[in-house]
Order: sequence, then structure tokens, then C-alpha cells
Amino acid sequence: MTPSSISKQPSVLTPIEAESRNMAFTTRLEDFINWSRKNSLWPLPFGTACCAIEYMATVSSHYDISRFGAEVVRFSPRQSDCLLVLGTVVEKMGPILREIYDQMLEPKWVIAVGVCASSGGFYRAYHVMQGIDEIVPVDVYVPGCPPTPEGIIYGMMKLQEKITKGGIVRARDRYKLNRK
Amino acid sequence: MPEIDTNLIENKLPGFLKEFSTEIVSTQDYRGDLTVVLSSGAVRKAIAFLKMHLKFEVLMDVFAMDYSKFEPGTPERFAVIYNLFSLSKKRRVRLKVFLKEENPEVDSVYDLYASANWFEREAWDLFGIQFKGHPHLTRILCHNEFEGHPLRKDYPSDGYQQLRRASPSVGL
Amino acid sequence: MQSVQPSDNFLQLNLGPSHPATHGTLRIFVKLEGEIIRDMKLEIGYLHRCFEKMAETHSWNQVIPFTDRLNYVSAMMNNVGYVMAVEKLLGIEVTKRCQRIRVIMAELSRIIDHLVCIGANAVDLGALTCFWYFFRERENIYDLFEAACGARLTTSYTRVGGLMADLPEGWVEWCRKIINNLPRTLDDVEGLLTTNRIWMDRTRGIGAISEARALEYGFTGPCLRATGNSYDVRKTHPYYDYDKFDFKVVTETAGDTYARYLVRMAEMRESLKIIQQALSDLPEGPVNVNDWSITLPPKEEVYGSIEGLMAHFKLIMHGIKPPKGEVYSYTEAANGELGFFVVSDGEGRPYRVRCRPPCFAIYQAFPEMCIGQTVSDAVATLGSINIVAGELDR
Repeated sequence: MTPSSISKQPSVLTPIEAESRNMAFTTRLEDFINWSRKNSLWPLPFGTACCAIEYMATVSSHYDISRFGAEVVRFSPRQSDCLLVLGTVVEKMGPILREIYDQMLEPKWVIAVGVCASSGGFYRAYHVMQGIDEIVPVDVYVPGCPPTPEGIIYGMMKLQEKITKGGIVRARDRYKLNRK
Repeated sequence: MPEIDTNLIENKLPGFLKEFSTEIVSTQDYRGDLTVVLSSGAVRKAIAFLKMHLKFEVLMDVFAMDYSKFEPGTPERFAVIYNLFSLSKKRRVRLKVFLKEENPEVDSVYDLYASANWFEREAWDLFGIQFKGHPHLTRILCHNEFEGHPLRKDYPSDGYQQLRRASPSVGL
Repeated sequence: MQSVQPSDNFLQLNLGPSHPATHGTLRIFVKLEGEIIRDMKLEIGYLHRCFEKMAETHSWNQVIPFTDRLNYVSAMMNNVGYVMAVEKLLGIEVTKRCQRIRVIMAELSRIIDHLVCIGANAVDLGALTCFWYFFRERENIYDLFEAACGARLTTSYTRVGGLMADLPEGWVEWCRKIINNLPRTLDDVEGLLTTNRIWMDRTRGIGAISEARALEYGFTGPCLRATGNSYDVRKTHPYYDYDKFDFKVVTETAGDTYARYLVRMAEMRESLKIIQQALSDLPEGPVNVNDWSITLPPKEEVYGSIEGLMAHFKLIMHGIKPPKGEVYSYTEAANGELGFFVVSDGEGRPYRVRCRPPCFAIYQAFPEMCIGQTVSDAVATLGSINIVAGELDR
């Protein structure tokens, strides 16, 4: 958050002016909301395969994702805002992933963790979906098979950057508003 | 060339040879694994015999094979292999039956061994082998709109079939 | 399974594939009367990644990464199981050093598998602390794996005829240090769980199965040993000099969740004993078989001699060509007897690889273990039987 209107300090300050310098600063609404959203992501770990085990290592005490405010894992789509797809999504699982994604409330983000979720991985097979972006829009792709916990944390940091740069009215919602 | 090693069978499975002398097609002892090839109608009786009389308590595995691209040719295209294990006698035996290509079917052994239930469903799902008498022969691994039997040799390995509706294939 | 009548007071509930209690992608349909389960149906296949079809389109060594992802919490054991089957088909025996290293890796994998199983089981019942403690230990063992082969979870360490590479320097002492520290964590968690009133009330008598029914279903591994049967492939059909190690096969008699927990905790200690014995007696020598039609020749030979160059070229272009035949080879994985049935038609790719998953047989019995008990008991039982969807669905 960049306080965008700190005026130059005058040479003499009254006591109350000096106090108020430390109490408040101004910023844009978007920056404030994005700051609060990115530092309190509530992930929904849609764990299917090996990447889920690496995610379990990420939330454990050694790598500790709660430094980023994201330790509140909620397995209900109504209560979470970040869908982490961890592992291979097969054709049978696809409709379920779509239903979970649809049930989540805006704003929501999707991270495809691992190559299986990003593009099918090395399974070019009859039952494996070649990437979850066939059915849900993905914000961040984290490659790796499985990605190390550092990789997953880097993916979340990239998502935080994306949230910082984004507006608070999301492109999808803007589209919906304009259509009406 | 099919051959029956009578000494081998008599040593490893005493009494089996006398009971099923007409149904055994061949035997094999490759790398220490005993395989007995039977005719497809005798499988149920043979497995019951092995369970009751020779104390093969555990059915480890039931799976199928498609020999269409195998050289030299086998008598039929499909085979179902039963992997039996005797805990008390520490013996293993593999029973193999060859099934014809047009309508591969064999008797189900789900009531002899409870483990056979899902293994046979999987063989049906991936190969299309019909198990006569199985209570619930439906897809277990592939999704329920899947057409074809993917592990057959003529099914392409990347033959995708997307699932349209998320309805469960079993319900209560 | 009769259809539900309007007069039935049963609630149909779907514990869907995305659920915190289902470890992985399992779908359970229950018919509830209040909280008691009257009927249960299972649906699997939500992680069917076509391992057997992929094995037919890749070469013998390329199948090894696919085997990693079968039971992904203990990947080394699957690698060892698969290459054992191929080596049986080839009729070769690997070097003593390779055997010993494979034993050490397999036992370390068994330990981490049991850590995850008990940790996840405890989390389901609310005991979160044990999860953190166990995952801290897992990180130590991951460091060992990463030093040996470069990957933490999906290791692909073995190759047909040997290993990817020998152990780095200092690995043995490091391993010994970690092994010596592990019992302290096990004691901590045992102190938290074993005589804990809440844990005992929630797991004793829950999800029980008798030995006879377990054998009918084809149980193997800790779930069978918790019912009283002492079948362990390492003792019954010893491979890789397991008969020379001094360790016990742990059994309990109750066959319920508490018994499975006790068996797993004790098995981890036995695995520690095996690793200590193996580390103290690690033979020197090469890790790869000296047959250049199976393992790659060393680089000095490849660049130095014409035979090495030709062997390297032939191996990379055509691959290993085992003789025609079919074998079944089995090892004691963390969940039970993991079998690989491998068929070769003389080409550089397997004709058929069949993996006999231990979880498949155990999960079939899950309704029988749960009917008549409550939903929360079903959650406790599901955690204790250690269903890994990668192995179940392959």
C-alpha cells in the first residue's frame, strides 16, 4: 500500500499535527481492499493426488503457509476464496471440480498446482483431463511434479501480486455489469 | 505347444490333477511361478476345489489380458488370470483361462471369495470380460458414460471421452 | 439393496469426492438412520490415471516414474516392487549393495507412509498436534531422499538392474542421526494418543473385522496383522536378505481402528531396527549390474571404448529387451502385498504391467466394517485403513 498523499513535512508542527502523522494515511480503496484480500486468502485444497501431500507439507510447521495468512483451510466452497487444485483431475472428477468452482462466491481465484492440473502432466491417457483450464479459468499455474513447497508458496505469492495489481471489480463482473 | 507337467502339478497341488485331468490345457513353471491353464468352463469348480481342499485361503488378484498383439499367437485373444495364495502352506498358483474374442465370458467367483467382486468389475470395465452371475457388473474405474474398453490393444491410449454430466453411477 | 420407500426414515448422504475426511478422491454413499449407517456404497475411480495403459506405451525404465505415483506417500517401495518384477523376468540378481540400499529406502518409505496414515487419522479425529510432529519428521526423511535422488516425494530412484546413482558421501551418518532422533517423536505421539481417553473411546471397537473375513477380502499388510494373522511377505517369502535382519512381525487381535494404529506405531519401530542393521552392514561395490544390455555403462567406457559406446547407443535406442514371458513379483509395501505382474513380448516396452494394489482389496471391505456404526466412526475407520487413491485407482 502506498500512501499517495503524504505532503511534505513543514518545518514546524503543532503537537496534534505531529501525532496525526502516525495515526492515519490516505490510499486508494482498491489498494486497501486488495491488501486485505491477498493477506487473508482462505484456500480450498481440492487435493486429489501427490501434490496434495506436498501441500500438506506446505501447511506444516517447516514451510508454514500461515505466514501468508492462508492457514485457514476451508473445505467448503461457500467459505473459501482460493481454489487450489492439487493433483491430477481425471474426466470423472471434472464435473465435480466445476460444481465446486461454481459454488464459490466472488472474488475467487484458482491456482493449478502441479503439471497434472496445469496440463495433464505426463499422463496423455484416456481418462485424464489435459489441464483443468478446460473447465475452470485458472489464475496461476504452478509447475512441478510435485512442486516443492517453495514452489507452492511462490505460486501463492504470484497470486498475491496478481490481486494487488487487479481492480476490485473483476473483469468477469465488469463484463456482467456491462451486459445488463 | 501345450504341455502338462504332471509331476509338477502333483507335487505342488496334490489331488488337483486327478480331479481336473480333462480340463487342464497346459502348465508352466517360469521363474518359479506355477501357472495352470484351464478350459474356461472349469474355472469355478477348480477355484472351489483349491479353496476347500487345498487351503488356498486368499484370492490375491483377478485380472485380464489381451493377447492380440502377442507373438507367438495364443489360443484365444483374451485371458483371465486368477492369482491364488495359500497362507498355511505358503504356496501360490496362477490359473489362466483363455476366452474367445467375440463374447468373452466366464463364471464369476464372487461368492467363493469376497475379494473377487471388485476385481471382476475392473476386468469388465477395462477389458469387457463378462462374468456370469456377478451381482453388479458395472464400471468401477472409468466414468459411467465411457464407451469401450480402454485396456484392449485396439483402444488408443489417448482416446479421450469427456464426461458430460456429473451424475453418480451408483446410488442408494 | 432395496429402494428407499417413503415410509423409510433413512437419509441418503453423499460424502463426496471433495471432502476433508476422504483422503483423496473417494466417494461414499451412506443411508443413515439418524446417525447410524444402515447401508453404504462406494464409488472409486476418481483418480484413474491409466497406469497400465501408460506402461504399455513407455519403455521399461520409463514406467518407473509412473510407479512413483501409485502409492505416492511411499514412492520408493513402488519403484523397488516394479524393478524387482522386471529383474525377475530378466533372471538377474542385483548387487548386494544395491539390495541393501533398496531395503533402507523401502523401510524409510514405510516409516513415512505410516507417519502420514496416523497423522491424517489423528487430524480427522481432532488431534492436530500429532500431524505437525509427524510432518516435521517427514521433512527430515525428505531431506535424505532429496540428497540421494533429487526429489522429495516422487523419487524414481531405482532402475532396472540397479539404482539411479549411488548414495552421496556422508549419507549414511546423516541417516543414522535422523534414525536415532525419530523414536523421540514416536514416543511423544504415543504419549499423546495411545492411552488417551478420547482416542481410545473413538477408536476401540470401531471398524472391526475378523481375521476370516479379512482373508476372504484379500487383506494384507497392517490391516491384516491387526486382526491377528501374522502374514508378512518379508518373513514368509524373504527377498533381499530380509531373513538376515532381526525384526518382529507385530500383530494385534482386535482388528479395529485402535489395533491398526498400534500395529503401525510398532511397525515403525521395527523398521527403524531394520534400517540400523542395514546401515551398519552396507557392503561396498557397484550398485548396477555389470550387464550392459540392461544398465548403462559408466561414462568412462562410453567415451573411452567402442563397446561402451555401442552398448550405450543400443540401450538408449532400443531399450531393455527381456525374454518373452510373464512373472508376478510381490513385496511388502506399507499397505500390504504390492504385486506387479509383468508380461514381456521381447520388445523394449512392456506388453502388460498389472499392479495388484493392496488398498483395492481392503477398501472393498469398508462397508462391512462400517455398517451399524455412526458416520463419525466411518471417518475414523477410513483414516485407519490408509487408502491412497493413487494406488486404488491406478
